[in-house]
Amino acid sequence: MMTLFGIPAAALFGQLLLGLINGAFYAVLSLGLALIFGLLNIINFSHGAQYMVGAFVAWLGLTYLGANYWVALILAPLVVAAVGVVLERTMLSRLYKLDHLYGLLLTFGLALIIEGVFRNLYGISGIPYAVPKELAGGWNLGFMYLPIYRAWVVIASLVLCVGTWLLIEKTKLGAYLRAATENPALVQAMGINVPIMITLTYGFGVALAAFAGVLAAPIYSVNPLMGSNLIIVVFAVVVIGGMGSIMGSIVTGFMLGLLEGLTKVIYPEAASTVIFMVMVVVLLIKPAGLFGKGA
Amino acid sequence: MTTNSATTTATPATKGMSRQTLFVGVLLALGLIAPFAVYPVFLMKGLCFALFAAAFNLLLGYVGLLSFGHAMFFGWSAYITAHAAKEWGLTPEIAVLLGTFCAAGMGAVVGWLAIRRQGIYFAMITLALAQLMYFVALQAPFTHGEDGIQGVPRGHLFGLIDLNETMNMYYFVFGVFVLALFFLYRVINSPFGQVLKAIRDNEPRAISLGYQVHRYKLIAFVISAGLSGMAGSVKSLVFQLASLTDVHWHASGEVVLMTLLGGVGTIFGPTAGAYLVVTIQNYFATLGSWVTIIQGVIFVVCVLAFRSGIVGVLRPLLKKRGIEA
Repeated sequence: MMTLFGIPAAALFGQLLLGLINGAFYAVLSLGLALIFGLLNIINFSHGAQYMVGAFVAWLGLTYLGANYWVALILAPLVVAAVGVVLERTMLSRLYKLDHLYGLLLTFGLALIIEGVFRNLYGISGIPYAVPKELAGGWNLGFMYLPIYRAWVVIASLVLCVGTWLLIEKTKLGAYLRAATENPALVQAMGINVPIMITLTYGFGVALAAFAGVLAAPIYSVNPLMGSNLIIVVFAVVVIGGMGSIMGSIVTGFMLGLLEGLTKVIYPEAASTVIFMVMVVVLLIKPAGLFGKGA
Repeated sequence: MTTNSATTTATPATKGMSRQTLFVGVLLALGLIAPFAVYPVFLMKGLCFALFAAAFNLLLGYVGLLSFGHAMFFGWSAYITAHAAKEWGLTPEIAVLLGTFCAAGMGAVVGWLAIRRQGIYFAMITLALAQLMYFVALQAPFTHGEDGIQGVPRGHLFGLIDLNETMNMYYFVFGVFVLALFFLYRVINSPFGQVLKAIRDNEPRAISLGYQVHRYKLIAFVISAGLSGMAGSVKSLVFQLASLTDVHWHASGEVVLMTLLGGVGTIFGPTAGAYLVVTIQNYFATLGSWVTIIQGVIFVVCVLAFRSGIVGVLRPLLKKRGIEA
């Protein structure tokens, strides 16, 4: 067996791939958080719950409607976005004039409700979701075995991240969005409907989370608690990267996922804490975050 | 003009003082006779969480800092006290003090890191650090992982009073609670507390007046962490258990809920909120995750429609009668 630094190469690359996949989820989730924070000035604590709902919509669709994976990939983000738009219109929009912390508390409450309801209905043991048959199997690359589905997750997330980045940085809509992030009152005065933009941004942000949830369903089993632990790690990722830059969130997400995978090989005991430790170091050296501006 | 207003306010103030004394006296008396009417273990659980919430409220209500990681002080001091009482055989008062000082020390490190960022980032950093400490608790051998430290001896207070007697234990917990709350009251109403409120209301102005804002925030954080730790330490003696439940982020959320429901920035609000939440937990314990759903609903309702909390709503009525709540 081939070894690298005394570690079997297959194990090393396997963990790095898993790290890359986790990194993809961190990137997609922190991207959505950053988008929402930019325009709404709130931290969406229910982001993890919405990711979980995405996975559940996929499973429910398959079980009760016979909707396959590809349909779920479209359906779940739409459902979660629709619910998100309703939440934003009925609840979050009342809080914009208050301290930002109220938005955090409200979405925390929503997360508790959503998770509680799903726990009541489906318990806490995970429900398996089969890999779609088009993506089943794998390739033997010589140095490691690459399951096709895992490669698909990384590629799909990358495409999604880069697509979002292009949308925001290179299109007219994105320019409006960036302008509204800087100065909503002025943009409104230019005749652009900022409240609708805010609502749609929230919808889009949580749709990203739901999309990640569908991607995650075949890898991790569908579980009501799958989002709550993830969201705390994503918060640390956001603190490390700073929410000032979209590309910053993406790069930080992928890098930290890889680092976590690497730690799993070298020193497994620290795998669950390494991202938090990186956060501590970043706070000491560059408190505003790697890509952040100001405090 | 000034002397005039001073003399007119003087009479209600002295009268208010006696009303205030009466109000506090009634509350104290209620606390003393309560265990004869209500299940003492329930009362003690409520007191522990009330102290926890009051300590948390010092930060949220008087400095404007939302910590989402206070469970780390609560849970870790419980582990330390439990370990000290069980493995080292320390007397309960020393074990509790040890837990309190360890939590304060942890608070110094965590606060020093977290006050580098403000507002929403502060909440996320404290949450992330608490999660770090949760994983440490999960893996450290002395915490016994999922089992927790069980069968913690309550011991003899000062080597004399047997705390295995429920009533003795109750009055010990009640005494700790009253002393800690009195200490918090003095901190809030001291010149130091006035500076904290100034920082909460207008931080740039406090800086321009020459206050070392970071130092004030850090001291407040250490006090808050230490008293949260004291609450956790006492709880581990009451239930003779230190477990992962108390270090989990769920406990951090619960203390926020208690404070919000009772009234942020009030003296007795956290106590009211803590008893309400503990009551809900007890009544719905058999219904599993319904507790979580109800807590979520209370969060949403409080944030949307009831931001001043129970005591916050009552406060103007009490103030008219010269009582500061």
